[in-house]
Amino acid sequence: MKKNWWKILSVLILTYVIFQGLLGKVPRQPILNESIRNVYFHVPLWFGMITLLLTSAVYSVRYLRSGRVDDDLVAVEFANTAILFGLLGCATGSLWANFTWNDPWPNDPKLNSVAVGMLMYMAYLILRGSFDDEQRRSRISAVYNIFAFAVFVPLIFIVPRLTDSLHPGNGGNPAFGKYDMDNNVRMVFYPAVIGFTLLGVWITELRVRLRRIKVILDD
Amino acid sequence: MRLSFLTKAPLATLLLLSHTLLAQQPVSNGVEMADKLRADGKIWVVVTVVAAVFAGIIIYLVRLDRQIGKLEEAVKSQKETKLKAQDIKR
Repeated sequence: MKKNWWKILSVLILTYVIFQGLLGKVPRQPILNESIRNVYFHVPLWFGMITLLLTSAVYSVRYLRSGRVDDDLVAVEFANTAILFGLLGCATGSLWANFTWNDPWPNDPKLNSVAVGMLMYMAYLILRGSFDDEQRRSRISAVYNIFAFAVFVPLIFIVPRLTDSLHPGNGGNPAFGKYDMDNNVRMVFYPAVIGFTLLGVWITELRVRLRRIKVILDD
Repeated sequence: MRLSFLTKAPLATLLLLSHTLLAQQPVSNGVEMADKLRADGKIWVVVTVVAAVFAGIIIYLVRLDRQIGKLEEAVKSQKETKLKAQDIKR
């Protein structure tokens, strides 16, 4: 149990987020109304996704440095969970946009960038599937993964700021202060980011352990 | 006046709680919010349902975690017996 404290922490945080997020006090904003609470459930998915992708890229670098197959395996599973989070983020964002921006997929730089980014990571999985030689597969996909992350970050953080976006915190150079958040929201939002990220790490850990067992059984 | 920690802790919690309670005073600036829903609209039921769904997913994850743990143990012990068998052969 000692090694699993972070799983318990994740569950506790997310339980708090569900209760406080749905019942707590939120700022009164026109158009958004109560849907501002989506900030607690939609945005943390993206934050979690980026953290998972960063970890995936780090493990890809580690693989290239050490050549250990295990590092490559961890990198793939982090990318897998990140893609799951991304798909959920797209779906929840679409739902939210449908009711606040009156369009499930408005022509917004952030959305289009994310679509490109998601396709890049889908291509990563397809690329992995197209090699028979394991070493070549690990090597080339590790390099691809690092490049994909290096493109993904400017795509979603820089490009939307160069133009204007429907998303808050874009267009020009506002920091966090420009989000429609007050301290009540922050008290739930930041824990939500940590909670969802930990949940993603947990799912990844399970998949990694399963893959390791498969590797041992294949030997 | 010196307060021991035991008296300080409840005071601190009271202060923390009162902060949010005082902030609850509704500021109606014409923006429609679900104030009534929270008062008598049984939003609690929805929150409980969401919490139940979440609990279900977590229980599923915990069970999966345990099953994988057992598999790991099995694979480990199998490997050890194999190694021992090889040692005896030598």
